[in-house]
Amino acid sequence: MLYKETGQYKSTYKSDHAIFPLIQDKIAFSTLMFIAFLIIPFVINSYWEKAILVPFLIFSLAAIGLNILTGYCGQVSLGTGGFMAVGAFSTYKIMTYFPDLNIMIIVLISGLITAAVGIFFGLPSLRIKGFYLAVATLASQFFLVWLFNKVPWFYNYSATGQITVSERFLFGIPVTGANAPSYATYLFCLVLVVILGFAAKNLIRSKMGRSWMAIRDMDIAAEIIGVPPLKTKLSAFAISSFYIGVAGALYFAVFLGAIEVTESFDIMTISFPVLFMIIIGGLGSMLGSFLGAAFIVTLPIGLKFIMVDLVGLSAVTAKHFEITIWGLLMIIFLIVEPHGLARLWSIAKEKLRRWPFPY
Amino acid sequence: MSVELLNFIETVLNGLMSGVMYSLVALGFVLIFKASGVFNFAQGVFALFAALTLVGYQTGQVPFAHLINELFGTNYHNWYASMPNFLAIILTMITMIALAWIIERLVLKHLVNQDPIILFMATIGLAFALEGVGDLMWGSDVKVLDVGIPSGGSIWLEEATIGLAAEGSDYYGMYIDVLNVWATVIAVILVITLALFSQYTKTGRALRAVADDHQAALSVGISLRTIWILVWAISGFIAMVAGIMWGTESGVQFSLSLIALKALPVLILGGFTSIPGAIIGGLLIGVGEKLAEIYIGGYFETGALENWFAYVMALAFLLFRPQGLFGDKIIERV
Repeated sequence: MLYKETGQYKSTYKSDHAIFPLIQDKIAFSTLMFIAFLIIPFVINSYWEKAILVPFLIFSLAAIGLNILTGYCGQVSLGTGGFMAVGAFSTYKIMTYFPDLNIMIIVLISGLITAAVGIFFGLPSLRIKGFYLAVATLASQFFLVWLFNKVPWFYNYSATGQITVSERFLFGIPVTGANAPSYATYLFCLVLVVILGFAAKNLIRSKMGRSWMAIRDMDIAAEIIGVPPLKTKLSAFAISSFYIGVAGALYFAVFLGAIEVTESFDIMTISFPVLFMIIIGGLGSMLGSFLGAAFIVTLPIGLKFIMVDLVGLSAVTAKHFEITIWGLLMIIFLIVEPHGLARLWSIAKEKLRRWPFPY
Repeated sequence: MSVELLNFIETVLNGLMSGVMYSLVALGFVLIFKASGVFNFAQGVFALFAALTLVGYQTGQVPFAHLINELFGTNYHNWYASMPNFLAIILTMITMIALAWIIERLVLKHLVNQDPIILFMATIGLAFALEGVGDLMWGSDVKVLDVGIPSGGSIWLEEATIGLAAEGSDYYGMYIDVLNVWATVIAVILVITLALFSQYTKTGRALRAVADDHQAALSVGISLRTIWILVWAISGFIAMVAGIMWGTESGVQFSLSLIALKALPVLILGGFTSIPGAIIGGLLIGVGEKLAEIYIGGYFETGALENWFAYVMALAFLLFRPQGLFGDKIIERV
């Protein structure tokens, strides 16, 4: 009843190709956007910004990026941390060389630089796949982190090896640096996520996205029907890296402000968690990227609340529990629902169709 | 002999020795991959877990002591002072076998017939879960592991080689860690035992049959499940050996689990399905790393090439021979 599609006729191609063909979806999405743009900015406080909303938005972007590569094009990558570091360090270098450049442009250029790096590290994918490719992307992770850690030019010869963001304004309001108000950083990330999210959704529905999926499902068959593997795989690497690079730029410039590369972009702090997000959220699903990011960002907070505040464990023990639960959840999801939270949502939609009178 | 040549020999020797350590980890990967087609990312955590358990038994720690103490306000830490090494190693082995059984029951059984990549990701989950459980059980502080294997530089070798250099040159002899020599000896024994086991015992033959073809093995009456448990137990045992070696060298701590990442290039180089490949790949990577550190590392003022050199070496190798040195030709190119 709630999710009824009877009576909603599509009489034009345009309405048939809409992203949200159902009126219920449109209402839900508009409500979500209304809340996100017009309510949250007025009620947001520093805790919600730093702990939940901004990391959620940034990791959603990274998850979309990895999902394009792994979920849609079927190329497993463990190098997310390295690519995010490229985004972060390009932002930093551009900021120092062009002090007057708009922050929005800086972030997008960082994405483009990461895309170029992504194409380079995607080259092995033309000869290898599966585990071998996963290991090859691990090489990029280690190499990039080493590079940013050991070549002083990247961190402007600072004594600590840290990079620190300088203050940048958008419409006269600081969006980076310590003085940026919560609503500004939140809105800045939100705008980017919404624009890039729509772009990704449409890319996936386009010819490019369909050729990614063809390569994922069966590469030999795809090549026979005329999908060029070289172009397709490299475009997936480029676009995926673009998203991850933008996420890295935001992670550095907006979220953390100051980073040390070996800590912030480690395989354990970025690469694996983002992989978890797309597995738990749903491989090959846009909604899944967001659900997974929300889940992984809020899970530690929820667990910490339960274990430290309610049960009274020490923070260290709680951390160990958290790791265990992460691992178990990943296994459970792979066994019970390999398509992730997104699949659960579509099952729920099926149920809602007939609710409350199932037959 | 000139000092340069002696230094070169020393570097190669040390590289070979550290290569043996990589091979030890890679062996566990290869065994599981051959028998069940699972790329076990958790192998490194296996080693960590085994080493943690061994130290725990040796020093008589109460498992989950931190958790129990925090929940009930008690103050348990140790229930006995120490256990003989031999007994502790046997108990650790039993624990690893139990672990293999649990993994088969709870994870693998449910993932039969899934894509290899799904299984791979499941083992990443397993790695996290096991690491968490290990920390919960035995605590996450750095522990000293001592099972009586000598370590430190070999004075005998130093004195024996000091005379090789030309008269009056600045040469102080070769430095080789005795622990690494022991690791080599143990690895050799391990590989010979494994080879004999798989060639001459009934179980060993069953193991090879499963590795060749699951369905054919099933149809001649081999229980896949038993074989899988066995294989995971054996690689648990290898992980224990690797854990003892690495743990003695650098203490039992979280970074021990990262040796899995060190073993990956070894596998690429040697091939995923070949035991000799794992050994030779390990040796090549070990030597390559040490040589690169000394002869190329000088050009970067920064050093620490060890983190990624092995990967680049493996990658370069992949481009020419995608199946590795000895691996089966399984990769199709598109």
